[in-house]
This record gives sequence, C-alpha cells and structure tokens, in this order.
Amino acid sequence: MKVTVRWFAKFREHTGKNGESVEIPEGASVEELVERLEGIYPNLNVREESVGVAVNRKYVGRAYRLNDGDEVAFIPPVGGG
Amino acid sequence: MEARKRFVVTEDPISVDEVSSMVASPEYGAITIFQGVVRNRTGARKVDHLEYEAYTEMAEESMAQIDQEVRERWPEIGRIAIVHRVGRLNVGETALVVAVAAPHREPTYEALQFVVDKVKESVPIWKKEVWEDGEAWVEGPEYRRS
Repeated sequence: MKVTVRWFAKFREHTGKNGESVEIPEGASVEELVERLEGIYPNLNVREESVGVAVNRKYVGRAYRLNDGDEVAFIPPVGGG
Repeated sequence: MEARKRFVVTEDPISVDEVSSMVASPEYGAITIFQGVVRNRTGARKVDHLEYEAYTEMAEESMAQIDQEVRERWPEIGRIAIVHRVGRLNVGETALVVAVAAPHREPTYEALQFVVDKVKESVPIWKKEVWEDGEAWVEGPEYRRS
C-alpha cells in the first residue's frame, strides 16, 4: 500500500521535498514507516521524542496502524505566533 | 460569516480591523485583540526577517479545536477569530492576530491569553529566524507524547 508523507520546516529542508508517496507493507504501523524512512534518509531524525506524528491531520502514537492512502506528517516542535 | 473562515492561515498581510469584524456582532460589547508583531532581536542577535510555514489544513483544524476548548471553559465567550500569516515577514509586520468577542469584557482577557498560548504550543506552524550571520528554526514547546 501507499501513504503520502508530508515534510515541513527542518524536515522539508533536509529531504528537499514538500512530500512524497512511500510504499509500505499492508497494515504497517507508523513505527514501520519510520524504519522505512530511515532507510531512505539515514540522517533524518524522525524518531526523536520531540517529533509528533499526525495521520490525516490528527496526532497518533507510533504503534498506530496505517491504511492505504493515509496522509502522514512528521511534526517538528512548533514555533508559531 | 461562516465559522470555518474565522480560523485562517494566509500569505497575505493581516488587517486587525478585518479580524475584529470577523467576531463583531450587536450583542457583543467587548472585542479583545492580540496582535503579534515581528521583533527586531532575539537575545543578542539582530533579526533580519522571519520565514513562517504551516501545515495549513491541520493548522486551521487545530485553531478550531482551540475555539472548542475555550467554549468549554468560558461559555460566555461569543466568537473567536485566529489569523496567522505565513511566508516571509519583515520586522514590524504582523504575524498573528487573535480576536475574542463576548457580551462583557471580563472573560475575554483570560480567554485571549489561553488562545495565544495554545496557538504557540499546538498549532503546526514553524518559523525560521534569519539573522545577518545565520538562521535557525525556532523550536517552541515540544509535542508531548501521551
């Protein structure tokens, strides 16, 4: 199955992309997606405690099981205002 | 004005009057406003400009969520508008305007502070400070895993 990963701020600069489609096994968890991304970007710190994960714009835990077509965003510490 | 239009991420300059008019209504005798402006220094460093970016769809939903939380805590609050600008902002330009309207002023001050704090800690918006001699993403409060 495929999910869409969205990149923002320091992650967008690191990957050089706003987002991308990533192929992962059926029923994979966020944690498995993180492992896959670490394979593509060895120095990308998506595993950091301070990084939130949002699936379809709602925060989820790393054990959350993904579905085909989900939009997954890795949220570095925010700094608006 | 329809509710969802009161929580906005925009690339355009923000008009305080326009945000105020989003919450105005004949039954509200108080509109309390916060205007966040780009400051010229951070500590000892001179800021040249800021670059903001947002996860726009989630940011607007997150603003609506803050509105919901305010309603639960202060039922007497009327309307709330939250408008955040993104893109390049120079010193003196307005980055954020929050307006809180209610029949009477008393609950608006506390509610306004609550909204501004929540925007800074939970809405997915990022800012990069660009100085004369470098740049860095400003990392505010960290997302807390529950």
